Amino acid sequence: ARALTPQTAETDAIRFLVGTQSLRYDNQIHIIDFDDENNIINKNVLLHQVGEIWHISTSPADKGVLATCYNKTSDTKVMTCAAVWRMPKELESGSHESPDDSSSNTQTLELLCHLDNTAHGNMACVMWEPMGDGKKIISLADNNILLWDLQESSAKALLSSSTALEGKGQLKFTSGRWSPHHNCTQIATANDTTVRGWDTRSMRQIYCIENAHGQLVRDLDFNPNKQYYLASCGDDCKVKFWDTRNVTEPVKILEEHSHWVWNVRYNHSHDQLILTGSSDSRVILSNMVSISSEPFGHMVDDDELSDQEDQHQEEKIKEPLQDSVIATYEEHEDSVYAVEWSSADPWLFASLSYDGRLVINRVPRALKYHILL
Amino acid sequence: MAAVTTESGAGSGAAGSPEATGGSTGGGGWRRPHGPLQRYYGPSTAEAAEAAPDPTDINGPHFDPEVFMTKVRSECPLGQLLAREAALGREIRALDSDMQTLLYENYNKFISATDTIRKMKVDFRHMEAEMDDLAANMAAISASSARVSAALQDRHRRGAQLAGVQALLRKLQALVEVPGRLRRWAGTEPARALRCHARARAVLRHYRHLPSFRAIEDESHAIMADLAQRLRTRLRCETLDPKELTECVEMLLQLEEPAEELSEEFLSQAGARLEAELAALEAELPTADPSGTASTPPPPASDILDFVDRGSSAFVGTLCQLAGSYRALFGGDTGHLEPFAAALATRYFALLERRLALERGLGDTSLLVRALDRFHRRLRALLELLPAGADAAAALVARAARERVDRYLRALQTFFLGCLGDVRQALAAPRPPGKEGPGLPDLLATLAASVLGQLKAVLAYVQLFTARDVAFASLPYFKGEFCVTAVREGLVVAFVRWLCRTARGFADGPAERGAPAAPPALLLLLARLCLDYENSTISYILTLTDEQFPPQDSGPAVTPGPALCAEARAAAQRLLDHYVQVQGAAVAQMLRKSVETRDWLGTVEPRNVRAVMKRVVEDITAIDVQVGQLFEEGVRRAQSSDSSRRAFSVYSSSRAPGRYAPSYTPSAPMDTHLLSNIQKLFSERIDIFSPVEFNKVSVLTGIIKISLKTLLECVRLRTLGRFGLQQVQVDGHYLQLYLWRFASDERVVQGLLDEVAASAAHRCLDPVPMEHSVVELICERG
Repeated sequence: ARALTPQTAETDAIRFLVGTQSLRYDNQIHIIDFDDENNIINKNVLLHQVGEIWHISTSPADKGVLATCYNKTSDTKVMTCAAVWRMPKELESGSHESPDDSSSNTQTLELLCHLDNTAHGNMACVMWEPMGDGKKIISLADNNILLWDLQESSAKALLSSSTALEGKGQLKFTSGRWSPHHNCTQIATANDTTVRGWDTRSMRQIYCIENAHGQLVRDLDFNPNKQYYLASCGDDCKVKFWDTRNVTEPVKILEEHSHWVWNVRYNHSHDQLILTGSSDSRVILSNMVSISSEPFGHMVDDDELSDQEDQHQEEKIKEPLQDSVIATYEEHEDSVYAVEWSSADPWLFASLSYDGRLVINRVPRALKYHILL
Repeated sequence: MAAVTTESGAGSGAAGSPEATGGSTGGGGWRRPHGPLQRYYGPSTAEAAEAAPDPTDINGPHFDPEVFMTKVRSECPLGQLLAREAALGREIRALDSDMQTLLYENYNKFISATDTIRKMKVDFRHMEAEMDDLAANMAAISASSARVSAALQDRHRRGAQLAGVQALLRKLQALVEVPGRLRRWAGTEPARALRCHARARAVLRHYRHLPSFRAIEDESHAIMADLAQRLRTRLRCETLDPKELTECVEMLLQLEEPAEELSEEFLSQAGARLEAELAALEAELPTADPSGTASTPPPPASDILDFVDRGSSAFVGTLCQLAGSYRALFGGDTGHLEPFAAALATRYFALLERRLALERGLGDTSLLVRALDRFHRRLRALLELLPAGADAAAALVARAARERVDRYLRALQTFFLGCLGDVRQALAAPRPPGKEGPGLPDLLATLAASVLGQLKAVLAYVQLFTARDVAFASLPYFKGEFCVTAVREGLVVAFVRWLCRTARGFADGPAERGAPAAPPALLLLLARLCLDYENSTISYILTLTDEQFPPQDSGPAVTPGPALCAEARAAAQRLLDHYVQVQGAAVAQMLRKSVETRDWLGTVEPRNVRAVMKRVVEDITAIDVQVGQLFEEGVRRAQSSDSSRRAFSVYSSSRAPGRYAPSYTPSAPMDTHLLSNIQKLFSERIDIFSPVEFNKVSVLTGIIKISLKTLLECVRLRTLGRFGLQQVQVDGHYLQLYLWRFASDERVVQGLLDEVAASAAHRCLDPVPMEHSVVELICERG
């Protein structure tokens, strides 16, 4: 299983969606509810019969709407398509009845619309406009960027604009992210070793980081608080942080993994917390204070403290300034292909590995209090 | 009583037995308190016993007849007793006769002595009478002598008075003559006039109340004032050499001119002279060219030795002379002299420094050393007068030396880079087929030897600075700090550090940002070089340095050898890791492209091993050869004899299908998961990009791990048809057949290939594996 996403529109319950990958059985979408207080995981299964799921994303506006990229296999051809779905009403906010026999309790997704890609090639991923009303999505198909308008309560998808990357070399997009800044007019995409920024209004390239990684770039994420900061990861085992205004040099490089890094995610509210998942079966949580939006020095009002206390305070704050790895999670036995922060609880994250194991972890309590206090 | 002889034996034993001492008569009494002492000084008891009195010794002081008798009686047979008695009788008789003879002789002597004493008593009575006569005569003589001297006293007093008057008259005469003489000498011999005046002055001053004397005094004053005037003009106007200057001022001083004023005048004169000399020196230096039009300054007219020579003989000599005379003239008051001399010396130093700065390049170090040596020697004389300048001068010499050392460091670095460039060229040079270029070991040996040789040469040059016959070598700076800070730290340590840094730079720097990356062979070469440094070269260099420049005990802290070694090792590790990554990435890239571009669904039944796999094996074999040239074989796990290893490989390959056979049966997909999970639980986690060890096997294992893991991840991204799976199966088997012998642990290769096969089966729409025998056949044919 490779596809994992938090339920973006849900802000109260901790809920993740996981898509399965199986060639020989009907694929499913598992809705995982995590009860923080009782430490109980609750699972609901939705059937997704059209094919194995490679990518999944949820609407930021409507809890019940999600998009998947799936493989449609015929005898000699594999085609990756994308579609928008609606889950049954009672599952939108999690079902609390009958958690025991959830496996028998399978329901089917309601298809809202297909994103027609016959002319464009395989879908790599689908992105929702982060702050929008769930009407705009962008999908990456081979070397095309497609911007869709969902109309009639998502029942119809109109291709409003598209652009294609042209040139020589490997041009297939591997992943992309929609920036939450600039009024949601920017996206970033990765193809081969290059990271590119696009303006969604004109569909033009606005920046390009050539050779961002020594090998293939696997994933990107935008800093939610600093508009020009971008993280990328790739096959050279590195995580790099970029300032998109100066694309010649990375701001910072992390080299902690011992194999390809498949996923990098900023915490939604505390952007010094970086989560990375790699095919060395590890998930690493790093603390990148030096390039976060977190102020370094005076977090407490100076007036409230006498000089002595002030100095003391400064020392205390300077101490954790170093960027460091907070924790390495080694629960997975196989390559980790997806990591995601919960949209409801900023201290909670999930990771998913090839063998289908989903692990939910918390930020260490000591660090949490250190950041909060 | 028979215990007596044994008693000494007991005493020599550890414990003196009380009953034995009680049995003895004389000896035991005084020996008793010695008992404990004797026991304490165990070893010396034998000696003590020997010295102990023996009551049976007939000649000893402690002879006890009773004991003797008892002993003899008890010990000797009758015949011996008789013989002993006869002998004793003879001895006694002889002793008696001796005694009588002695007695007689003594009596005779006593009689003659009594006679002599009697005669002496008679003679003394005569002598007393004669002594009385002599005393009376002596009294008469002394009375007449007193009478004569009383008569002569009056005459003597008058004679003395007359002599005094005559001396006074002569002095007066001289005084009257003073002005005349002064006038005569003032023009020609001012020094003599001064002496004359000095003699007369005191007297004149004393008798000035007499009109005649005052006249004389006034006149001589006038003359002297005139003389002083003349001297002053001379002092002001003329350019005097230092000796004349000194004389002149000395005379003025004797004329009681104000010292303050004179010293200033003296200094200004001296200053003018020294300035002139400095200006002459400066003229030799090329003027600073701020516009920078002349990019290379013209070569200085004279070499540095010449320059320093001239500077020290002219300037320093004069300054010394002047300072010496100043001190002699104006006594201990050096308040003016010091700032004056210091200012001039500073200017001189500045000039010299400018000249030294002209010594660009590596010219002749011995010449520089000799120049600095001369400078330092000359300056030492001056420094005795001017202690403040000592530091400045020493600092100047030290700076020059330091500068030179720095320049050598830079030259070394340039040299090393040049060597590296050569190596790169040798590596990149196209080789005619059939003819091998110089092998990596040769290149490495050449590089290491030339760098070491250069370093040694530089050390030899630098050693000139501390040669024994160079005066400044004995300065504390050159003894301690120079050796340690400049040479050891600044040159040797800095070079080694720089070397490590440069080497690391190849690994860290350009690889990604598009700059031309170093060829992998160079990385390998540098890794080996750093490792060699760590193993032997660093300690050798440091020992060499410490021998040639012995560090002072109290010197500044030095970088210990182990720290440098660690640095070199880290660099070597980094380089080797990078080498593995670069080579691994190259192979991995090839595999990835091959997997991504192939249509795995529509492929036909495999007939052959794919070409890319053969290429991978070829590449890895080439890497194996390359690494094998520089690194040792290393240890394999599961190492055993050759034949058994082959047996194991056969076994493992025959076992392999059995092992993942269940994964191909579509009926039990969940079992596969479970199985692979359980399998993973027991196999150890493999770190793909992990640091490698310094041997061939480890390096190769690293590269293979990276390649196979890539294959695994790529296969997982694809969907395969039945023949696609079979192709992967064939490829995997082929790789396993050829790769196991490169890896340190076959199980690593085996495990990764198993995972590839399992993933492929999982990603397959129609998982029907190929017959194993067919797979083997294809592989053997390929």
